[in-house]
Amino acid sequence: MLPLNATITQITEESPMVRTFFFDPGFEGLEPGQFVMVWIRGVDEIPMGLSRNNSITVQKVGEATSKLFELKEGDSFGLRGPFGKGFTLPVKGEKILVIAGGVGAAPLSPYAEAAFVAGAEVHTILGARSTGDLLFEGRFDALGKVSVSTDDGSKGVKGFVTDILKSLDVAAYDRIAVCGPEIMMSSVFRLLEERHVLEKAEFSLHRYFKCGIGVCGACCIDQSGLRVCKDGPVFTGVQLIGSELGKYSRDASGRRVKI
Amino acid sequence: MYTLTGLKLKNPTILAAGVLGTTGASLCRVAREGGAGAVVTKSIGPAPKTGHSNPSMVRLDCGFLNAMGLPNPSYPGFLQELEFAKNNSSVPVIASIFGGNPAEFAEVAEGLLSANPDAFELNVSCPHAEGYGAAVGSNPCLVEAVTAAVKDVVNVPVWVKLTPNVADIRSIGTAAESGGADAVVAINTLKGMAIDIESGYPVLGNRSGGLSGKAVKPVAVKCVYDLYTALEIPVIGVGGISSWEDAVEMIMAGAAAVQVGSAVYDRVDIFSEIGAGIEAFLERKGYSDIKKIIGLAHEMV
Ligand SMILES: Cc1cc2nc3c(=O)[nH]c(=O)nc-3n(C[C@H](O)[C@H](O)[C@H](O)COP(=O)(O)OP(=O)(O)OC[C@H]3O[C@@H](n4cnc5c(N)ncnc54)[C@H](O)[C@@H]3O)c2cc1C
Ligand SMILES: Cc1cc2nc3c(=O)[nH]c(=O)nc-3n(C[C@H](O)[C@H](O)[C@H](O)COP(=O)(O)O)c2cc1C
Ligand code: FES
Repeated sequence: MLPLNATITQITEESPMVRTFFFDPGFEGLEPGQFVMVWIRGVDEIPMGLSRNNSITVQKVGEATSKLFELKEGDSFGLRGPFGKGFTLPVKGEKILVIAGGVGAAPLSPYAEAAFVAGAEVHTILGARSTGDLLFEGRFDALGKVSVSTDDGSKGVKGFVTDILKSLDVAAYDRIAVCGPEIMMSSVFRLLEERHVLEKAEFSLHRYFKCGIGVCGACCIDQSGLRVCKDGPVFTGVQLIGSELGKYSRDASGRRVKI
Repeated sequence: MYTLTGLKLKNPTILAAGVLGTTGASLCRVAREGGAGAVVTKSIGPAPKTGHSNPSMVRLDCGFLNAMGLPNPSYPGFLQELEFAKNNSSVPVIASIFGGNPAEFAEVAEGLLSANPDAFELNVSCPHAEGYGAAVGSNPCLVEAVTAAVKDVVNVPVWVKLTPNVADIRSIGTAAESGGADAVVAINTLKGMAIDIESGYPVLGNRSGGLSGKAVKPVAVKCVYDLYTALEIPVIGVGGISSWEDAVEMIMAGAAAVQVGSAVYDRVDIFSEIGAGIEAFLERKGYSDIKKIIGLAHEMV
């Protein structure tokens, strides 16, 4: 599919470095955790998780995201997707734990909402550097219990999401969904591995995407050779046992880069 | 078992260059889960390259357009991936390489030798990398020189991958054969482009790129048909193959084996499916051997 033309209908400032761009037309039948390729014309095309069926939530980190931040309501970008495999939805009565770090809350908020609608009991651990960086706290609050951690202690527990996770009885949850910086995900992974609950967990990974549709191989992870863009971005904990998670990734040339 | 330039393949389907070939582990996955008879790596060059900016690949109604721009970590950076593939894939692993001139080709081939690739495939056919690929592959003298330079430094089979973006592909195939090639591979992608009419921007980051998939199959069949008559060495057919019927058609045009690229979009296990389909076809038609149908279309007059 060629990129669709998506018009920006609204821009919300979530924090100084994070904005949500609402666009039209939105997507029907989205699987929470799926992503889109966002084409900032003349600059680059980058993967973004969907934070709703008609929004992306973007952290400004480099050239393409900076150009995106220059766009105004009424401007447009190109969109391809939704692509990839999302999180598995719980069934009625299940207890789920959502672990979101930083902008990782973007794909997890529609997941938590869908889980809530399905009748699951939702508990969220939301982490960020500081109070002002906590993303979608209100959206998660509306669904159930939220435990907050901040690096600087300006709200909730001072420390990382893993500091909260350590004190929980993880065996009590039916499903655990994780997205955030890779360092955070790999500490969560190790903790869940020690507690023997990896089969309940799902992680949304980031890798360098070129094609985004499962052909080029730029995003494949070791040792399975699975493609993050097509076989993921959401993987079960079991799929990631012994993988490169937390150790290294590959840059645009395919060179290994230490995490 | 099936023999191609001395390599033993469990079936005549091969993963095409540049597709799921960036890492050793993904090459192994295509061999293991996909059922490919052999795998070809991403094209590796003398220096690290990040490739063109995105979008670098889009799907069209009729096929795919890509302009990856030969991203690769350079031969020193790729050695560990090639070693992993060699040690874990249990099928022949062919190293695809590129360079701007004969010396660069020889340097890359030598640089990868320690990982023991089963063969080399020379990419003189990428349509969208300035100074490389088709820039080399449209010049018969250069193709011959590049082939000879690599043959000089390696003791494994050398395949030369040709571009269809030339007036007469036979002259390029002949040049590869004169240079000592053990086989030619045809075809790489056709020049193509797409434009976003909402904005007027060309869609690919590199503006134009290469067309692959269903749309190019008739072009590939004709190239293979022509090369089969012109050459003594085997022709490996590639371009738009996504079913066993496509593969049989390519073999009847003259291909000794087929490569499959874009069709991994649909499913990674396309190779075992095609391999099994060819087997069943041969049995149903009473052919004792795949050799009975290689170039069959040439005999039908
Ligand atoms: C499946 C997936 C979902 C994502 N969802 C979100 C999201 O919801 N919100 C958000 O803010 N960010 C998200 N990202 C990260 C986002 O894609 C990168 O931050 C973005 O590409 C940066 O582009 P840039 O040009 O501004 O930065 P650059 O300066 O080009 O690069 C900065 C870093 O961004 C990453 N990056 C750049 N280009 C790509 C690419 N083509 N593919 C993957 N990573 C790239 C690299 O790690 C790079 O080092 C997601 C990434 C993936 C893979
Ligand atoms: C994403 C992509 C990357 C490719 N990269 C290379 C490459 O590095 N070297 C090469 O010789 N051919 C490359 N090709 C060309 C393919 O190997 C193949 O010749 C072409 O796609 C036609 O086959 P298909 O229709 O089965 O895809 C690439 C093709 C695609 C789609
Ligand atoms: S980005 Fe091309 S296969 Fe995933």
